[in-house]
Amino acid sequence: MKRATIDLWVGIFAALGCAAVLFLALKTANLTVGSGSNGTYSLYAEFDNIGGLKVKAPVKMAGVVVGRVTDIRLDNKSFRARATLEMDKQYQFSRDVSAEILTSGLLGEQYIGLLQGGDPDNLAAGDTIKLTSSALVLEQLIGKFMLNAAEKPAAPADSH
Amino acid sequence: MADSSSRNLFAAFGHRLIEAVWKLGFVCRFFAAILRDSGASLRRFPLVIREIYFAGVLSMIIIVVSGMFVGMVLGLQGYSTLVRFGSADALGALVALSLLRELGPVLAALLFASRSGSAITAEIGLMKATEQLDAMAVMAVNPIARVVAPRFWAGVLSMPVLAAIFNVMGIFGGYFVGVTLIGLDHGTFWSQMQNAVDWHTDIVNGLIKSLVFGAAVSLIAVFEGFDAKPTAEGVSSATTRTVVTSALTILALDFVLTAFMF
Repeated sequence: MKRATIDLWVGIFAALGCAAVLFLALKTANLTVGSGSNGTYSLYAEFDNIGGLKVKAPVKMAGVVVGRVTDIRLDNKSFRARATLEMDKQYQFSRDVSAEILTSGLLGEQYIGLLQGGDPDNLAAGDTIKLTSSALVLEQLIGKFMLNAAEKPAAPADSH
Repeated sequence: MADSSSRNLFAAFGHRLIEAVWKLGFVCRFFAAILRDSGASLRRFPLVIREIYFAGVLSMIIIVVSGMFVGMVLGLQGYSTLVRFGSADALGALVALSLLRELGPVLAALLFASRSGSAITAEIGLMKATEQLDAMAVMAVNPIARVVAPRFWAGVLSMPVLAAIFNVMGIFGGYFVGVTLIGLDHGTFWSQMQNAVDWHTDIVNGLIKSLVFGAAVSLIAVFEGFDAKPTAEGVSSATTRTVVTSALTILALDFVLTAFMF
């Protein structure tokens, strides 16, 4: 086997390897968006109950991913869950933006949905989102439903 | 009588244990020798390029074909399971994650061990049997720098490339089955995958895994070749040992790495 042929093939091999890694990075991991390359800023949001929200869950507004949850911890003083949101720099939100924890699909993963408010001033990096509503926890929901269902038949029975 | 036979049993066990420890120490010293002498062979990089051709480029066909089929099987099996839970849309995420995290690095390494590792062992073993290594030593050519180190580094460098190609072909295979044959939505397939796959945790960790497997397989292959009995029988049993030991080492290392990474 001639040296030049071997060099050529090894060159092709290395180029294919680079192309494969590039493909994996761009096409499967979508590295260009939300990886911190084009700048992010942090916001915080406090929730009474985060349900099944996980780190790396998307933050969406109108269904568009505008950031990711990077950290979730319990605030020691208020005993509420404090989520750190890493937001894309190109999106700015008003100071009275509201955050709620939603579920994609019936059994899908949970994400944070944002609703823009009317305040002309925007949130700065490090600010906390004040208006939040908690995740729906299935057990609590069923509990409330059962309570309602138990009370309802009792009411007409009293009126007799 | 019974006492002496049980003594023999323990003696045989102890003998094997000592031999195993001795061999492990020998592998470590051999590894150190490769690292010490690899400066010379990395300066003469054409030697490594030649071995990358034989170990890496010639393994590409088997990697491409098996990656494709593994991806297609993942597509079929994943679909038939996911569709029961009404989440067939997640097929892209399933195929990509299982390939990138486990199947890509592990299967590519197993194929590499049986395709190239065995060839390296047979080649070095035969060089030893035909006294070429001794001849080199007589000519003041260090056989570890000239023969062993280039093959070791070629294996280390080829393995991540092969694993990446395996992953890409597997994802294409899964795409072919999921989107072209079954008719899932093209956009959902990719967007589900992109939501699930993370550059650092999944892709970089997979590449680190394949780098470690490459080093392990290459070290085992060159060691078994160098350690082979210089007979036809010795070379054949060394080749077998390479494949068996590599497979066990890859699977054990995979468990350890997964436990640390994910």
